[in-house]
Amino acid sequence: MSTKLTEDMLKAMPDSRGHFGAYGGRFVSETLMGTMLELEQQYLKLKADPDFQAQFDYDLAHYVGRPSPLYFAERLSRETGGAQIWLKREDLNHTGAHKVNNTIGQALLASFLGKKRIIAETGAGQHGVATATVCARLGLECHIYMGADDIKRQTLNVYRMKLLGATVHSVESGSRTLKDAMNEAMRDWVTNVDDTFYIIGTVAGPHPYPMLVRDFQAVIGREARAQSLEQAGKLPDALVACVGGGSNAIGLFHPFLTDESVAMYGVEAGGHGIDTGEHAAPLAAGRPGVLHGNRTYLMSDESGQISATHSVSAGLDYPGVGPEHSWLKDLGRVHYVSVTDDEALAGFRTLTSVEGIMPALESAHAVAYGVKLAAGMDAEQMVVVNVSGRGDKDIHTIAQLDGIEI
Amino acid sequence: MSRIEGVLTALKQQGKKALIPFITAGDPHPDQTVDIMHTLVDAGCDIIELGIPFSDPMADGPVIQLASERALEHGTTLKRVIEMVKTFRESNSTTPVVFMSYLNPIETMGFEAFADAAADAGLDGVLIVDLPPEEAGDVSPLLAARQLDSIFLLAPTTSDERIRAISTHSSGYVYYVSIKGVTGSASINVDEVADKVRHIQELTALPVGVGFGIRDAKTAAAVGQVSDGVIVGSVLVDTIARNQTQPDQLKAALQGLLSPMREALDALPAE
Repeated sequence: MSTKLTEDMLKAMPDSRGHFGAYGGRFVSETLMGTMLELEQQYLKLKADPDFQAQFDYDLAHYVGRPSPLYFAERLSRETGGAQIWLKREDLNHTGAHKVNNTIGQALLASFLGKKRIIAETGAGQHGVATATVCARLGLECHIYMGADDIKRQTLNVYRMKLLGATVHSVESGSRTLKDAMNEAMRDWVTNVDDTFYIIGTVAGPHPYPMLVRDFQAVIGREARAQSLEQAGKLPDALVACVGGGSNAIGLFHPFLTDESVAMYGVEAGGHGIDTGEHAAPLAAGRPGVLHGNRTYLMSDESGQISATHSVSAGLDYPGVGPEHSWLKDLGRVHYVSVTDDEALAGFRTLTSVEGIMPALESAHAVAYGVKLAAGMDAEQMVVVNVSGRGDKDIHTIAQLDGIEI
Repeated sequence: MSRIEGVLTALKQQGKKALIPFITAGDPHPDQTVDIMHTLVDAGCDIIELGIPFSDPMADGPVIQLASERALEHGTTLKRVIEMVKTFRESNSTTPVVFMSYLNPIETMGFEAFADAAADAGLDGVLIVDLPPEEAGDVSPLLAARQLDSIFLLAPTTSDERIRAISTHSSGYVYYVSIKGVTGSASINVDEVADKVRHIQELTALPVGVGFGIRDAKTAAAVGQVSDGVIVGSVLVDTIARNQTQPDQLKAALQGLLSPMREALDALPAE
């Protein structure tokens, strides 16, 4: 059952302590509480500051290259034989993904707070690259934490971060992927809390991160909404975005949440299939719990230990999800679905061969579901798929699957 | 009066300081934990903190991370640790036991089910590392209703306003984290710790235990001088790790580490 969302309801989310209904909050050790309270206070002040917003908008226009196009994928639509498929081209941003919208905003925040040392976690490396990029531009010391297994499957991005002057720390603990990188970044933060700003890459973590990352990413949806009205003369019938932590999805969805006619689909990583247990789909198959500073749907076992996840895409390989998504799931406003590794790989090949656009494997999940969805819709209907990033970083993975050495 | 309050009050009356060891439950093997707890008591410890192993121990350094991994590999669960407390209580009814846990294992068990089982087993207090008092409204009342103390952390970064607020939510004692960092990381600046603990004592009537950075008799005495109790974690967990393949030597090793701390604390001049 879906609940109708009003502007007033949305404005009240999160509440003053960072809760989205039963989710979110601020679950950190005491050492970090002072910093979290200060960050929240400063952010709320800057959010209302026209100079801060003007600087952010300027950077998005002239450094990132926004607005990103909303592109009508005519040939893909024809071949699919259903609704019109439109692509929001976040892959065309500087550094090749939506991640930079957020790192620009947070680095600006760090500068206003006078913090000179930046840390970040990364899975696929896109957030690490986007963070290293803004640090290079602003002359900030940059430390990136990345799981040892992800370092192996994303060598290109690791090298990019190094070229940009970042120190990349290989995380050998736990499952050696994104969640462990986040653990290690939190450990760095608690140790260097006085001079360090933690640029979290997704809409998760303790309050105010889910709120501020959403605010920075909401430019995606604001543009897509205006572009739909201008280019198609109407609002889309459906939005589709992949969900790991869920920042590109919340960024696209949020400005449309009160538009009742717009259906929304968040696509989680189904890995080898939900029924195999080897996936990264906490909204489909998890339960509420607390990890990395917030309460949200998590993949954990019956004794509360966080489960190992699997996805062909490093950026979706995470056992949690942003708390606002958990709230939207319970409300029934957004449909959360999943596609498997194989389906996502097929989506990658389809978009590459039919439109000449190579999506990141993360985004390929959204493409795969978007095509499936459009096929069952009418020709006059319109689906917007968020191509959150470009696929260059995944060429090694694809080549390996094809048995090709490059 | 709770068992924790009783022990700390009695020590204060005798002019003594509490020695509070932390071990990870189930490390190196769940079958050894109760024996280790008795060894800690024999070595002169006053309150035992039992760490509940968690897959993602964000506040812990490598020593306790590895201990958690060993404990989890051998099937340690929160329910099993509650059973350990029950077994310990069969032959010890005086030494308070406190759980130090991350929230998720407790939340997954269910707050009420946990509070019931923990109280039934004879647990005395609960410290949840990633649960500040602001978020503890679902948990603390359930614990209090069963005479379980809620222990919260104070840090070098905690404001006076927060120290007061956190103290009103706490019972038993407050745990002052002496350094900015994870467990087992840096060495402490005793003067800074002394200043801050004195300041905390002006703001709360609760006993103040100090943890992080206490690794030998000397640091134990220096911190004991200014606090009501010293909490010894990583160095103890490391001793357990180094003796994991020779359990017969573990007892002597733990005695060898803790007895000098006990003696140093007892040798402190009365206030």
